[in-house]
Amino acid sequence: MSHPAENKPAAGLFESLAALLRDRTVRRWVFQLAVTLSLVSFIGLLVAIAAGNLARQGIATGYGFLTGEARFEISESVIAYSAANSYGRALLVGFLNTLKVSLVAIVLATVIGTAVGIARLSSNRLLAGVAGAYVEGLRNIPLLLQLSFWYGLLTVTLPVPRAALNPVEGVYLSNRGVVLPMLEPHAAFGYAGICLAFGAAIAVLLNRLAARRQERTGRRTVIAPAVLFVLFVPVLAAWYFGGAPAALDMPRLQGFNFVGGVRLSPEFAALLFGLTAYSATFIAETVRGGIEAVSAGQSEAGRSLGLRPGLVMRLIILPQAIRMIIPPITSQYLNMTKNSSLGVAIAYPDLVAVGNVTMNQTGQAIEVVSIFMIVYLTISLAISGFMNWYNHRMALVTR
Amino acid sequence: MKLFLATLLASTAVFSAALAGETLDKVKARGSLVCGVSEGIAGFSAPDSTGTWAGMDVDFCHALSAAILGDATKVTFKPLTAQNRFTALQSGEVDILSRVTTYTLTRDTALGLDFGAVLFYDGQGFMVPAKLNITSARELDGATICMQTGTTNELNVADFFRSIGKPFSPLAIEDVNELNNAFFNSGRCDVYTGDTSGLAAWRSSLAQNKDDYVILPELISKEPLAAAMRHGDQQFGDIVRWVGFALIEAEEKGITQANADEMKSSADPTVQALLGVSPGLGKALGLDEAWALNAIKAVGNYGEIFERNVGAKTPLGLQRGTNALWNKGGLIYAPPAR
Ligand SMILES: N[C@@H](CCC(=O)N[C@@H](CS)C(=O)NCC(=O)O)C(=O)O
Repeated sequence: MSHPAENKPAAGLFESLAALLRDRTVRRWVFQLAVTLSLVSFIGLLVAIAAGNLARQGIATGYGFLTGEARFEISESVIAYSAANSYGRALLVGFLNTLKVSLVAIVLATVIGTAVGIARLSSNRLLAGVAGAYVEGLRNIPLLLQLSFWYGLLTVTLPVPRAALNPVEGVYLSNRGVVLPMLEPHAAFGYAGICLAFGAAIAVLLNRLAARRQERTGRRTVIAPAVLFVLFVPVLAAWYFGGAPAALDMPRLQGFNFVGGVRLSPEFAALLFGLTAYSATFIAETVRGGIEAVSAGQSEAGRSLGLRPGLVMRLIILPQAIRMIIPPITSQYLNMTKNSSLGVAIAYPDLVAVGNVTMNQTGQAIEVVSIFMIVYLTISLAISGFMNWYNHRMALVTR
Repeated sequence: MKLFLATLLASTAVFSAALAGETLDKVKARGSLVCGVSEGIAGFSAPDSTGTWAGMDVDFCHALSAAILGDATKVTFKPLTAQNRFTALQSGEVDILSRVTTYTLTRDTALGLDFGAVLFYDGQGFMVPAKLNITSARELDGATICMQTGTTNELNVADFFRSIGKPFSPLAIEDVNELNNAFFNSGRCDVYTGDTSGLAAWRSSLAQNKDDYVILPELISKEPLAAAMRHGDQQFGDIVRWVGFALIEAEEKGITQANADEMKSSADPTVQALLGVSPGLGKALGLDEAWALNAIKAVGNYGEIFERNVGAKTPLGLQRGTNALWNKGGLIYAPPAR
């Protein structure tokens, strides 16, 4: 109703500006703006100078090269790729290879790390000792050395394809990797996949309903049979009525190498083993720390309620520990993604490997490095975003 | 390392750029030439048992330092992988790249480089274990082929298999020890592809028995190897180019490491000009008039460099072939030094 400016008719422009600056929110905004503007103009200046100097040295600039034909092959790819594709697609292949190895390693390292972390606290001396030796041993050896070790182990000790180990019909182990039989593609697998997705959604829903009912009535509904039913029966039905395809694409030795089936390369395997074994040690320590931080009274209380040790761990300790574990584990996941680029040393074609070739062939180092930065930043933000969301969900609900 | 170099490049791109005369001034002020070489390829650039670098590429750096500084020993060698060599040159880590580097259009233009005289005409080939009984590159479809990343070889082999319409499994490895291991020890790859001189070099230094490996007859590319320098510094470029030509001219005129001083009294005006007896060429290049004399006295003429490092009496045992002088059936040719 009464505006301060109206009350002070004599207030000059300067004074009202000063008053505005005294306002904390306004002041904060002004400073933020000033800092951002100077940073942006500083970067702009650097870019301008760099562009000028690169031009003088005759080095090509700009992102136009991304559409040019790559003309080099890549040893493995999850999407179709050939030397006739563009640099852009080659970099995408590298990016997907980075994601592939990082995601699988993150899942495996989490499982192994959690198990080892719990094992270190076991009252079984032998188990705790073995877990401790694993953690202390592996986390103090540089990852690069471990990668070379695994790669050497896989390529030097395994036989050449003609003498490949053949433990089971259709499975071959050689220094070219593992080849496994693969189902021949068929439309029925597509239908089965869709049914699986629907089944999973229904299972989640059932679980929610059961949990809500338990909150209301205190009684736990047994949903396991229903979950198993919705998960498996529609899938099997889709497969069966889709024609029950079971033709296998069997690998066979032809000329130099195996054809058919699916292949896991020794480069991928060595990077996966190395990254998993190394990172699991850090996750184990985090898990152990998280568990030890939950006060001893909690497990005593659990046991005095008559719960078995396994249940105490699962129902009482882990849910509390997890809130302490998530933030450090998140940074471990980020490390793993970045560390996967060490695979360059053992010829794994990840984003950095493909990018290095690209900058060598096109001369556009700055552009390629900028792509590295954007991609790794995006992966990092995605992982942190997901973990924050998960952390939020796991946060203690106070009733 | 690579990332580090790239960042270095980014920052030097901001703060500096090669300008005419700059490299020469830097070399003179420093009192030594920083020369980018390989990590150890016999006959071209490899440290011997005492840690002294030897090879054709190494000799060229000695010749250059003799021409510029009057002292062939004032060279610092910096081993580089195929992958990081150009970034090292662009960012000013090295003054010159003398590292089995193929002269190509893209490198000359988009990569911001310039090239000196071609000092070795090579071509890309394939090496396979002799026990596979393979006689032609066309029998290699489906084979796993190892190569070094960041080379022309990586592109040529893809082009070759595209042109014959057959598949192959590539394995591109950056580290040369890992690469050699994959072919000679583990058998991770069936075939090794690279410049044939390089293949011969690895075979001579790594194979227990030279005859266990054969280099197939087909050459799938042209690999003219030359020294590379930063584009934009024309003066330094001229020096690098003409030191190379001077070594070739010396062979043509019969000037050797041993007789160089005596040849100063030659009646041939071309020889007199080259050796600085009649002055002018040194001044034109911005060097001492004894530039070529010093270079020849340091490492000998082109033919001597070839024979000493890769010739018939060395483990590589290469014939002059395409690398003979133009008037002896080869391609080695220098424009007139006048
Ligand atoms: N001339 C080719 C290839 C040069 C090259 O690097 N060859 C490899 C092997 S064939 C080599 O000499 N490597 C030695 C090292 O990395 O130290 C190019 O300029 O791209």
